[in-house]
Amino acid sequence: MEWRRRHVLGLSDFHPEEMEFVIDTARSMEEVLTRDIKKVPALRGKTVVNLFFEASTRTRTSFEIAGKRLSADVVNFSSATSSVTKGETLLDTARNIEAMKPDILVVRHSASGAALFLSRHVSCSIINAGDGQNEHPSQGLLDLYTILKVKGKIAGLKIAIVGDILHSRVVRSDLHSLGRMGAKLWLCGPATLVPREMERTGAVVTSDIREAVRGADVVIMLRIQLERQKTAYFPSLREYSRRFGLNRDVFSLAKDDAVIMHPGPINRGVELSDELADCERSLVLRQVESGVAVRMALLYLLAGGSHVAH
Amino acid sequence: MLLIKGGRVIDPASGRDEIGHLVLEDGKVREFLTGEAPARFQGKVISAEGKWVVPGLIDMHVHLRDPGYEWKEDILTGTRAAAAGGFTSVACMANTNPVNDSPEVTRHIIEKARREGCANVFPVAAVTLGLEGKEMADFSELAEAGAVAFSDDGKPVENPLLLRRAMEYVRPFGYRILSHAEDSVLAGGGAAHEGWTARKLGIPGIPSAAEEVAIARDILIARQVGGKLHIQHISTRMGVDLLRMARRAGLDVTGETAPQYFTLTDAALEGYDTNAKMNPPLRGEDDRMAILEGIQDGTIDAIACDHAPHEAYVKKCEFAVAANGIIGLQTSLPLSLSLLAGGKVTPARLVDLLSAGPARILCLRGKGTLAAGADADVTVIDPEAEWEFGPGDVLSKSKNSPFLGWRMRGRAAATICGGRVRHATIAGVTVDA
Amino acid sequence: MKKIGMKKTGMKTLLDGKGVERVLSRLTHEIIEKNKGAGQIVLIGIASGGIPLSQVIRRKIQVIEGVDVPTGFVDITMYRDDLARAGYQPRLKRTEIPFSIDDRKVILVDDVLYTGRTIRAAMDALVDFGRPRNIQLAVLIDRGHRELPIRADFVGRNVPTSRSETVLVRVEGTPEEWTVLLKEDPPGKGE
Repeated sequence: MEWRRRHVLGLSDFHPEEMEFVIDTARSMEEVLTRDIKKVPALRGKTVVNLFFEASTRTRTSFEIAGKRLSADVVNFSSATSSVTKGETLLDTARNIEAMKPDILVVRHSASGAALFLSRHVSCSIINAGDGQNEHPSQGLLDLYTILKVKGKIAGLKIAIVGDILHSRVVRSDLHSLGRMGAKLWLCGPATLVPREMERTGAVVTSDIREAVRGADVVIMLRIQLERQKTAYFPSLREYSRRFGLNRDVFSLAKDDAVIMHPGPINRGVELSDELADCERSLVLRQVESGVAVRMALLYLLAGGSHVAH
Repeated sequence: MLLIKGGRVIDPASGRDEIGHLVLEDGKVREFLTGEAPARFQGKVISAEGKWVVPGLIDMHVHLRDPGYEWKEDILTGTRAAAAGGFTSVACMANTNPVNDSPEVTRHIIEKARREGCANVFPVAAVTLGLEGKEMADFSELAEAGAVAFSDDGKPVENPLLLRRAMEYVRPFGYRILSHAEDSVLAGGGAAHEGWTARKLGIPGIPSAAEEVAIARDILIARQVGGKLHIQHISTRMGVDLLRMARRAGLDVTGETAPQYFTLTDAALEGYDTNAKMNPPLRGEDDRMAILEGIQDGTIDAIACDHAPHEAYVKKCEFAVAANGIIGLQTSLPLSLSLLAGGKVTPARLVDLLSAGPARILCLRGKGTLAAGADADVTVIDPEAEWEFGPGDVLSKSKNSPFLGWRMRGRAAATICGGRVRHATIAGVTVDA
Repeated sequence: MKKIGMKKTGMKTLLDGKGVERVLSRLTHEIIEKNKGAGQIVLIGIASGGIPLSQVIRRKIQVIEGVDVPTGFVDITMYRDDLARAGYQPRLKRTEIPFSIDDRKVILVDDVLYTGRTIRAAMDALVDFGRPRNIQLAVLIDRGHRELPIRADFVGRNVPTSRSETVLVRVEGTPEEWTVLLKEDPPGKGE
């Protein structure tokens, strides 16, 4: 297939072949990361701007490294130190940056639909690095890639995702990258944080972590977002951890070769026990590795022909 | 003198629905004639053959943004849009700047409308000072200055005790409180109806319960003190059901809905279209059906468009921060006319919803009827006219409408306010200066 | 030039399976002779056409010298000088060089040498892997029209061509089935 997308805004309209294409490209990129000189000239002379309106060192650094490995010039813009605090609108900020002619904008913003909105008003390519509660496509793809590397397949796997499903854009992208690729997803968390409508996606919704983890091939734990809550969704962290935390006892219900994933950062002792976070079946660091390769793949695919095709 | 001849005169307030001729003189309706039109007539003649002649339409929920937000709209442009939409009267809300909580602001609105406006403007003054929900406004002084009702619209009155006191206090004076019924805490900072579409788009949801709880609360407080209440912009099934229950219990509670709530659903949000963002939000199909049922069985008393102009840049942004609201004066009539399809809503019922009903609710004497002696506010409707509502047709200063580009059927062919022609698309009829 | 016969579609067979085999044998001998044995040699095939050819040369060196020289392959896509001129990014292939090339004699193997740009890209890629003692180039077909100052050390066949012709190297199936064809593009078709 030929890659024709100008933007990566979300996985909701990605065909499975497109996801496989990105993964395949990521595999080639991963080889570059094993060399002594971890650099290829593919994006030489291209400018990638990280436009982050929401704090995030990890994703931003991942995209930055990905861009630099491809020899791109990477510039970071984070809103705390910028014109946005002076009341400039999102559109004005993006247009100002666009006037400096970047090739790719990597955008993270707290409003759902922000990346789509920008793609309608600026002419460079956009990668959505997380928009509100909508999607985080590169995370969805790197989760898929990590599982494929370790399990060799995705179809037929039982994958449990546990935590604040309601506010997680990672889950929503995973529903596309993992669910539509054939895995059976179990979404588990407090009823206040797992909307019933999620069943319409084909996933199983439950508040029983033992049921979710039983026989699972992969258990993805989500960070419980304390910062977001003005009125509590559950009584206390202690209570949460009791019901929805993953410890060795609960994890023993999963398959013998089951693996643990987490998009990070981990609240040790809350959603994931200390020992499990570091155990040999935890793929957290491999996710980070895959993340750079997947982001290199996305940057590479979007950089092609951008100034010619339009 | 003005003669409107040959039209189908539909005036539910006087029980009339027949072809005939209407004579207007000195700002009043002089008489209704049947048979042949008068051969010689000293004055303007409007041919209304094939059209409807109805009491001037009244929209009881409009934001004119004047004073204080004149870049969005002002009294001149707002009433011009109203006249083009067939409206001879509008009731404007108090969330201006300064808030209409003092007689000076009320008088400013009335005088400016008299000088520059193309329609009658009836101010609805605030229930609480500054719309802050803490202290009652001086109701009697405001009524004397010309306020026809009271509402904190834009916001609910959060404090139930304050609402109770206000309703109880104004009860002997016969004033009605118009309620923007919303429990803002339950609404939880959402931006769209809590349902599948909002989930899909990752937009925080406003549950139906936020409206339902507030409507129930307001009705029960009205019941407690015997006050007069009007529920604004009903959007949910349970909201209609609660109004029906209040009606059956004999309470003086009236209710309105807006055309967007019987025309669109939250499906209109696809692609994060900010032109579909409003409060209360567009709901699901079941709610839309319930609104239609409420209109058909008489539960809902009025259609009011909640005309809410906003400049482009507060709509051209990410969904979460986009302003709420759409303009509606020019699309309310054609969208309401579509209710006639299928026969469940008769033309007389429609006129009641758009004219007689609002006049009753706000006690506007001389309005909402074409009986002899009534004010010469008349709307001539061409129910068959096919037209497209394009950006070039918008008379408002703001163009925030999800109906732009829609093909419409039916429009106001002429709008006569106080005997003066304010809008006409009929060939040969000129607008009075 | 070995003419087997003109095909109806304007295709001419330059080499059949046996022809390819003989050419590769000669190339292998030349490589061994020029380098005075197989010591310090590594073979790197340029993806994709050079890969099967490098495998054949590796086997032949094994037979002749009894040495299994380290053999890998490199994808030069990300080093191309024409990225971003196409409407889309070309699909990546794989690179596998699981050994050090420091101080080795790298024999780059490709099927067709044309403008020389692929070889330039391959050399750029190699430099990122280490510092070879030298880089030599072995190609099956040299069709002329160099745009860069690149030359092959070992050439299977020199085939003068015009720009409207295409050299097709088919290396599917067993080596006996391999062919090299010369195709005339229809008139009016650009480059």
